[in-house]
Amino acid sequence: MAPQRDFRRQLEDQRPYLLRYALLQLRDAEAAEDAVQETLLAALAGDAAYAGRSSLRTWLTGILKHKIVDALRRARREQPLGADDAGAELAELDALFVADGHWRDPPAGWDDPDRALEQKQFFAALELCLERLPARTARAFLMREHLGLETDEICKELAISATNCWVMLYRARVTLRQCLEATWFGEQRASR
Amino acid sequence: MKMLPCREVSRLVSQGLDRELGLGERLALRLHFALCEGCRNFDRQMRFLRRAMRALPERGERESG
Repeated sequence: MAPQRDFRRQLEDQRPYLLRYALLQLRDAEAAEDAVQETLLAALAGDAAYAGRSSLRTWLTGILKHKIVDALRRARREQPLGADDAGAELAELDALFVADGHWRDPPAGWDDPDRALEQKQFFAALELCLERLPARTARAFLMREHLGLETDEICKELAISATNCWVMLYRARVTLRQCLEATWFGEQRASR
Repeated sequence: MKMLPCREVSRLVSQGLDRELGLGERLALRLHFALCEGCRNFDRQMRFLRRAMRALPERGERESG
């Protein structure tokens, strides 16, 4: 098979993965399709830039991240996000603590969590937890932890204050922690 | 130094992943962790969550072929 054609097929093989990745962040099938299409085209055009230093998937994901950021910017221009709901978010966090600020349910330890990073099912559980987050919260969190943006960039993109940005990230982390406790680490503890 | 409530500690732990904490904040956290297992666990789990998110692009469901 000609190398160029082979490369094209290898790119195609990554499409389902890239699509899931884009969908997780954009939550819009059409926008996700577009971002992936642009990524694959850019990859084809820049064939020489892939030197095999990293896996093909890592390289493509790097390109896709930029396309996702572009798509988020476009979406913001076309349809600014609604008013801040930081107040509601704080009320939700209230439920986790008693009046004097102590945990209602102190977090129990997770047994050797890094072992979970070797398990495919763990990442499936993590993705499910991410999908359950409210859209705006998920977006802020994924921009921070998945795309690796700094907080001030996220504030700018979402048009919110730094304080609200921290609250959203805080809420996302606390919610994900609870979700992983319920769906993964709690189960593990119980099955020992 | 007055002990921070767990709620405030959890907020600072999260912010510590987004901005550099001040010396006073870091000391207050360390003091609290020394006495509170729940918050120690929370802190570890927050740092684990970051590692998991970093690993997600590579480790997320691979096709079997």
